[in-house]
Amino acid sequence: MRYAFWPGCVSRAGTPELYPAATAVTERLGMELIELDQANCTGAGVLGERNEELVDTLNARNFALAEQMGLDTLLTICSTCQGVMSGVNYRLREKPEYLARINESLSAEGLEYRGTVRVTHMMWAVVEELGLDSLKQMVVRPLNGLRIAPFYGCYILRPRYVLGMTDEHVHRDQYLEHIIEALGGEPIDYEGKLRCCGFPIMTINEDNGLKMVGNHTLEAKEKGAHALVTPCPLCHLNLDEFQPKAARRAGKPINMPVLHLPQMIGTALGFSARDMGLQRHIVSTEPFIQLSGMPRK
Amino acid sequence: MDVTLKVKRYDPESGEAPHYQDYDVDLPEYGAVLDGLLAIRDEQDGTLSLRCSCRSAICGSCAMKINGRSRLACKTMVSQLKAEEGDVISVEPMGNQPVIKDLVVNMDMFWDKVRAVQPYLLPEGPEPEKEYRVSNESMMELAVAMNCIMCGACVSDCTVLEVDPSFLGPAALAKAFRFAGDPRDGHTQQRLAAYTAPSGVWDCTRCFMCVSACPKDVAPMERIMDIRVMAIDAGMTQTRGARHVEAFASSVKHSGRLNELGLALKTFGLLRAAIDLAPLGIRRLLRRRMPPLLHKKIATAKNIARLFDRLGV
Repeated sequence: MRYAFWPGCVSRAGTPELYPAATAVTERLGMELIELDQANCTGAGVLGERNEELVDTLNARNFALAEQMGLDTLLTICSTCQGVMSGVNYRLREKPEYLARINESLSAEGLEYRGTVRVTHMMWAVVEELGLDSLKQMVVRPLNGLRIAPFYGCYILRPRYVLGMTDEHVHRDQYLEHIIEALGGEPIDYEGKLRCCGFPIMTINEDNGLKMVGNHTLEAKEKGAHALVTPCPLCHLNLDEFQPKAARRAGKPINMPVLHLPQMIGTALGFSARDMGLQRHIVSTEPFIQLSGMPRK
Repeated sequence: MDVTLKVKRYDPESGEAPHYQDYDVDLPEYGAVLDGLLAIRDEQDGTLSLRCSCRSAICGSCAMKINGRSRLACKTMVSQLKAEEGDVISVEPMGNQPVIKDLVVNMDMFWDKVRAVQPYLLPEGPEPEKEYRVSNESMMELAVAMNCIMCGACVSDCTVLEVDPSFLGPAALAKAFRFAGDPRDGHTQQRLAAYTAPSGVWDCTRCFMCVSACPKDVAPMERIMDIRVMAIDAGMTQTRGARHVEAFASSVKHSGRLNELGLALKTFGLLRAAIDLAPLGIRRLLRRRMPPLLHKKIATAKNIARLFDRLGV
């Protein structure tokens, strides 16, 4: 399968270990990614608080760039980018006159969005296009005995009608569990898995954000998880980077390793901890590395 | 159609802890969860307490958690749940509000917050001689928020209220937009100042829970975003939330991409950023996890800036 690829800004800056891990793993899975090197930031939900038409225009620009390359599916490794793009695509398809106005803005650059692009996230593509059976066959180091807590993040769960979860893909809120099982691991069920990590309010009300981080990571720990996995780099930023502070706030140690989805898949595909950038996290991933039996280098 | 309803029971007078009780009911194909609960109360267990009235998704009385998601029991079809989510259906009282008994919660806090946003018009100037006429366009935007039936489903699922009961919450803030955006109201500035204060619109974490829960498509979170846009447009840019949005926009406008380091510095201010973020910075350095210090523009960044200018941002 060939995809236009948008990695999202955070995968190379805030969580710089994500980009190399994701590109190595998708290559091994046989997914061909053609990066949109002139694509712009999707707005991450923040720009919409300034001007929604601007967000729609910027994302239509990215879609038009994918169409220009002759690609009909745009894949991202960032849940937030995926959510924003799916929302824009939904609006533009509902309102053709609005799309025409946006195309006027894009015409200065010689671009036009014809409305043919489908947005997907690596998590969806692995289940829906690669298939769990194919994934299973590629596993060389099954995650036997590893209990992993899925953490989805808001933008890949809600709203369901924007994400195709009311008709075609009603079980997209169970894909992480399916992938964990396909890799030989055991998914942990807990309240926090469908909730918010708190990242969007960290600059505004840090205390509330830290409570969310503490609640979810502690709950996963109490349920016996060895690690938590997320398809969203912003959730990763909050749950990993701010976990020490959340632990101080909660008055007890947490030490819950937080994996990016490609890192977990890569572990089972035989990559080393260094390949997956596991030593670059804030919370030590050492217990996970040891239990998985993966090589360090 | 046979179905098992797993109902959360609680009676403070019994001294028992909250527990689940299973009831098997036989419903017609078109039966809603509420039909199941009423059948239980009428035929099996008269002690089951719940609120309901119209059975038509209009009165807003029967919001409860069904399979973990807050919805109206009268609007939630059992056959669809069975097909998509399995044969056993869990029914629990709404969240974020104290339980009085079984499926009945105390909504005092809900109403206090709705009252706190002054949910009525506050006109300025002399009273018009005839009726006040408003344009269709201006009311179209508000009509979405007017659809609210005050059921509390959004409040029940709000992830911020779970950690901070002081947050005004999605229902009250959606109602706030309905009045702040009304052309007949004369207190827009004061309203926006009140709604952007701590515990107001900037405390929303944009989790979409309320958008999913609302049975009337009010999309409370989107209305909260509408108030944020109104506040920034009205020049209320001194809150940290507004500074964050402005810094974000400026970064994307000039380079096409997000400059995370620059964003933190602008949102917090240099001094606070230095003090607050220094420990994180050191930890990141040790882990070789620094974002690039020099933020690179994309080659076509000028085109991005042109789009911002075209839309006046």
